[in-house]
Amino acid sequence: MIDFSQNYFALFGLEPRFQIDLAHLEPGYRALQAQVHPDKFSNASDAERRLSMQCSTHVNEAYQTLKQPINRARYLLSLHDIDTQEETNTAMPADFLMEQMEWREGIGEATDAADPAALDQLAGKLRHATHALHAELAQQLDQQQDYVGAAGAVRKLRFLDKLREEINDALEALET
Amino acid sequence: MALLQIAEPGMSAAPHQHRLAVGIDLGTTNSLVATVRSGMSIVLNDGTGHSLLPSIVRYDADGNTEVGYPAQAHQCADPHNTIVSVKRFMGRGLKDIPHANEMPYKFIDAPGMVQIKTCAGVKTPVEISAEILKTLRSRAEKALGGELVGVVITVPAYFDDAQRQATKDAARLAGLNVLRLLNEPTAAAVAYGLDNAAEGIYAVYDLGGGTFDISILRLQKGVFEVLATNGDSALGGDDFDRRVFCWVLEQAALTPLSASDTRMLMAKAREVKEELTNHPETRFTAMLSTGEMVDLQITSQILTEITQSLVQKTLAPTRKALRDAELTAEEIKGVVMVGGATRMPHIQRAVAEFFQQEPLTNLDPDKVVALGAAIQANVLAGNKSSEEMLLLDVIPLSLGIETMGGLVEKVIPRNATIPTARGQDFTTYKDGQTAMSFHVVQGERELVADCRSLARFELRGIPPMVAGAARIRLTFQVDADGLLSVSAREQISGVEAAITVKPSYGLTDDQITNMLSASRDFAGDDMQARALAEQRVEGQSILEAVNAALAADSALLTPAEHETITASQLALQNTISGSDHRAIKAAVEALNRATEDFAARRMDASIKKALTGQKIADLST
Repeated sequence: MIDFSQNYFALFGLEPRFQIDLAHLEPGYRALQAQVHPDKFSNASDAERRLSMQCSTHVNEAYQTLKQPINRARYLLSLHDIDTQEETNTAMPADFLMEQMEWREGIGEATDAADPAALDQLAGKLRHATHALHAELAQQLDQQQDYVGAAGAVRKLRFLDKLREEINDALEALET
Repeated sequence: MALLQIAEPGMSAAPHQHRLAVGIDLGTTNSLVATVRSGMSIVLNDGTGHSLLPSIVRYDADGNTEVGYPAQAHQCADPHNTIVSVKRFMGRGLKDIPHANEMPYKFIDAPGMVQIKTCAGVKTPVEISAEILKTLRSRAEKALGGELVGVVITVPAYFDDAQRQATKDAARLAGLNVLRLLNEPTAAAVAYGLDNAAEGIYAVYDLGGGTFDISILRLQKGVFEVLATNGDSALGGDDFDRRVFCWVLEQAALTPLSASDTRMLMAKAREVKEELTNHPETRFTAMLSTGEMVDLQITSQILTEITQSLVQKTLAPTRKALRDAELTAEEIKGVVMVGGATRMPHIQRAVAEFFQQEPLTNLDPDKVVALGAAIQANVLAGNKSSEEMLLLDVIPLSLGIETMGGLVEKVIPRNATIPTARGQDFTTYKDGQTAMSFHVVQGERELVADCRSLARFELRGIPPMVAGAARIRLTFQVDADGLLSVSAREQISGVEAAITVKPSYGLTDDQITNMLSASRDFAGDDMQARALAEQRVEGQSILEAVNAALAADSALLTPAEHETITASQLALQNTISGSDHRAIKAAVEALNRATEDFAARRMDASIKKALTGQKIADLST
């Protein structure tokens, strides 16, 4: 029977680590969908069609979880029974909060000045900050087994995600 | 739903028999039907050699319906009963339709979807679209010499759930078995990609008669993976015609026009727009019913100026799609142009400038969608091994649920690959609360009022508990057609109260049955015969499916399990030749149940097979 409780890493034949080989994940995803996608079962029995939709849904969910670094980190932590407390734990380090305020001011100024180039520049800086946090997560999760620290890094990433959304919204508003 | 081919009595259908399947592009302006013949995708023409069917339906007082060119010929004389661009009304309420007050129709603001009062009675957009589909169906069946096994119908990628559901309902009403609803840009990518052996990241810019889509896809080894899609489901070539029409009104200082004159000038505006594709200037000449002459000189420069804002309106969604795919314009390897409106030179220039490359126009922009749909229909019907092709599409708009204060909580984000499912937990806010109501919406805005309402439903029978103790899990499932179903279940008490909703604008199965029986095609006894024929086809097809499964994987069964399945097969074989459609249905269901475990084992085996060559040693099972 298909074991939906099997962990996502195992589904793709990967080690449960933060640093994974994306070049391995993608072909694995395609190979799995090539077997289970509903398009492969359009002439099958009802039972098979239903199963195909469930399996294909499951494979999509697993792929999206492992593909996105923040989802992957959150999922790895959940395998270690660590809740990232993104909704409840708002106690962020003071210097991080200061940086947040600077980001927000930057976005606000660029928006007021209707300056898409400045917004693009901020988006570039934000990508760097995000990559730095990914590197930190790789250390914490794969080397140091510092799960509490990693949960903190995930919370920080969540803030950066929101900033990215704000930059995108501001760009969108300028375009219309 | 549709009648399939039945093998001669006493013979089972041969497994390699070619199953008749077509792809249908149900367009705003024109519709087409295509099929794969001898490995080539071709558009099927009507008896007089036309490939395009104008998407125009005319009703007359005698109960006759004209579709296509005959209807088009009457559009100016009988504008109230001749419906053009019905696609713009699919799944739409009156308030959603721009310029509705300027249209010649007698609209009825029905809940969920607008209706039109004609001399032949009140018609829904679903019924009107079904007339177009019926015409294409009969064209295809005449050309192919048999009943269709199934069809793939294309929809704009940016169609929401209401519009998709309406399209599927129209197909059912036309007696078609829908194998899949396929997004138009994805269909175009299939036709283009397979034709050109394209690999890499492509954009499909699809400006049709009434809808605009932009899709970003990765093409790799027969896999068409949509990375992001965006668009505007109320922007198309029609709007360019309207700009020309408005320019004429202004230039000629025309006073309020009759419905006939309006329709005539709109048709003329389209002709002039099309002429300006190949000529730098032309004349707009028309005689009004009052005898007044309109004669104006119009240049492509003027057309460019008066429609510049419309072209710009397509670039905003294009930027959004790129951002969602986390790509820049430079990373796009090629831009495929789809839809008749992309013939306009100033659109091609704007797209070329945006992507910094000449767009690809080597496939007929009117036909490429139907050609791609035919290729997928051929695969889904089982005529071709589907090994080498896989389409991974996405949902265009986020799905969510209304929370306190009229806000939307997103449950499934836009651009999630389908099929997809997501659960969300809710709880009660009052002690002893036994019911909970849900409001399902679609859209990107934060306020419920700014999103499309899809369905409202209630979960009843929650056991009384203190506030906040109940745990109600709401599950959204989006299938491979991009259609949503929602179910709710109270988890803690162990009491299961589940409900599956079908969005409120959709037609219920009973309504479809009633409409079918009311239509003259299937009067009286025909319904019985039809039900029997449908059940036989269903039975035959599951017998074939099970036979194929047993031939491939009977090793997965114990002899006893094998015997149980064989017994259910025999039972179905025996009822299928009888005339009791209910008995056949019961036998089909029994065989379905008997093969459930087998199906699961086969799925499991194929997953393992997919991972062969990968790190099998890491698998925990």
